[in-house]
Amino acid sequence: MLPVPGRLIAIIFFVALLIFPLITDKSSHLYILTLSSLLVIFAVSWDLLSGYSGQVNFGHALFFGVAAYTTALLYKYLGWQPWATIPIGALVATGIGVVTCFPALRLRGPYLSLLTMAFPLMLLGVVMAFKDFTGGEFGIPGLPEIAATRLGEYYICLLVMTVSVLIMWKLTDAGSKYIRTGLIFHAIREDEIAARASGINTIRYKILAFVIGGFFAGLAGALYVHVLGGTGISTLSMTMSFRAIIYVVFGGIVSIYGAVIGVYTLYTLIQLLGVGARNFIGQNQILIMAILVILILLFMPEGLGVWVRDKIERECPRCKLTNGFWRKECRACGASLH
Amino acid sequence: MTLVTGGVYALLATGFSLIFGNARVINLAHTGFFMLAAYLLWYFMRQLGLDTVWAIVITVPAVTLVGILAFRFLINPIREHLAAVLLMTVALAMAFEELMTNLFTSHYHLLPNLIPGYTEIFGVRVINQYLLTLGIVVVVIVIVWLILAKTKLGIALRATAQDAEIANLMGISVPRTLMITMGIATALAAVAAVVVAPLWTIYPGMWTQPLVMVMVVVVLGGLGSVKGSIIGAFIIAFVEQSVITLMPSYTYLSTVFAILAMVIVLIVRPGGLFGVLFEEERL
Repeated sequence: MLPVPGRLIAIIFFVALLIFPLITDKSSHLYILTLSSLLVIFAVSWDLLSGYSGQVNFGHALFFGVAAYTTALLYKYLGWQPWATIPIGALVATGIGVVTCFPALRLRGPYLSLLTMAFPLMLLGVVMAFKDFTGGEFGIPGLPEIAATRLGEYYICLLVMTVSVLIMWKLTDAGSKYIRTGLIFHAIREDEIAARASGINTIRYKILAFVIGGFFAGLAGALYVHVLGGTGISTLSMTMSFRAIIYVVFGGIVSIYGAVIGVYTLYTLIQLLGVGARNFIGQNQILIMAILVILILLFMPEGLGVWVRDKIERECPRCKLTNGFWRKECRACGASLH
Repeated sequence: MTLVTGGVYALLATGFSLIFGNARVINLAHTGFFMLAAYLLWYFMRQLGLDTVWAIVITVPAVTLVGILAFRFLINPIREHLAAVLLMTVALAMAFEELMTNLFTSHYHLLPNLIPGYTEIFGVRVINQYLLTLGIVVVVIVIVWLILAKTKLGIALRATAQDAEIANLMGISVPRTLMITMGIATALAAVAAVVVAPLWTIYPGMWTQPLVMVMVVVVLGGLGSVKGSIIGAFIIAFVEQSVITLMPSYTYLSTVFAILAMVIVLIVRPGGLFGVLFEEERL
């Protein structure tokens, strides 16, 4: 008996990531995959905030950058070690999430998106204006590594990523019997007025979405600067915000696996193929990424992940259980799938 | 200088606002077309040595055509999927940037003023280029306003903006109207590029900063409102330029203050200054 193909692929993929260092121990490959795991956390947290609860955030780099700068500044001026600064960075990002809520929750739709886009740019202006304190465009270099070797870093980031993604997956799982947030986020996205009419305090759950999204994006940002060994203004840039959107929408919005697929196709694959920047792919990474995105979206507007899922899985019309594409009848209730 | 920056923002924001109002598309590639037009102008004038007038005459329709084609073949087929459209426009802008980098390197390019010299107005020396820019901006905005307010096409455009389905029932071809909107919007971006190219430096990344300002302007003025965009553009340009003039050592903060102005307006009036708060579209 084979399980549902989607889950099977997820497990195989995770095992492949676990044994990846056995295949190659090139430090540059490990480095790319370490960064990918952090980008996965970042992208999934955007999906939770914008995809699931519908608060489309154009400035997700705010949380990332705030955490990055918090950890870096704490190390530079107070000499604190990474195990202390990374959680603090994530918590500060959470706090920022709460603060941005207040203007953001008054707005909806495109106004909200454009307003949130403004916040990281404002902070970027502040960072550039106080060069002596923040290092300006050169950032803050010379941060300690989180582990002695690249291999250690790889496994720490992989572990953090797996745990974070699992937590966020559970939090957004609308079918869960124990955690209601997933169902409520769906309800708010689909129809906020109806959700409110059903007695849900939608404001509270929107703030919750900002808090969770901010925390995990901050976690990714804090780890990112320690893997990179320094922070810079790129962590706050508009490109950084758009990266989250690009990965998630490419893979399929409102699906945790979509973000994962997006990062590993658009970032990891292109980076791995272009290591050393000598070949054609290495020199034209962004162009290739842009063209890939345009082509994929043209033919699969729901995203690559969702498209593939629809090909390999089928939902039972009676009991809503997912089945493999090869089945003619539902594996639980026996209803015909055609 | 405030007026010039404001005029350019007004041109860009009007186009952005038009396309948002009609097609409900947040076109992040809008300033990408602006960048494209600036490069084309530079290429025709500097590399091919064409006359200024000819260069402009070729550039504006060429960019408009690219805009219409991009809309027809890339954006229109997936217009139902909002997230996908958003990403498509980002990808488009990034593709433009990379193409320009590959073709013309990432060096800064400069263009000479379209007309040299300066005029004295009330004892202040104003470079002629500024006057020309301002003149073109005013003329173009008036033309766009006339098209929107007086012609049959303009009525069709506004009808589509209000309710695409009903407009369709009334015999207006919505896809065609949207394509025309996109054409006008890109043409505005191209004109903005033409008038400002000699004043700003041309480089592949030049689309991000105006994009931010255009969004700020459009949100401040109210999405989908042309009048709001124009007034918002001058407010934002004024804030930006006064920060640069009053605090020369903190020029980086100009964006911060411009955005701050937008945030304040939004907190007081969540729909922008002249925005139409769209009825929540419940399906």
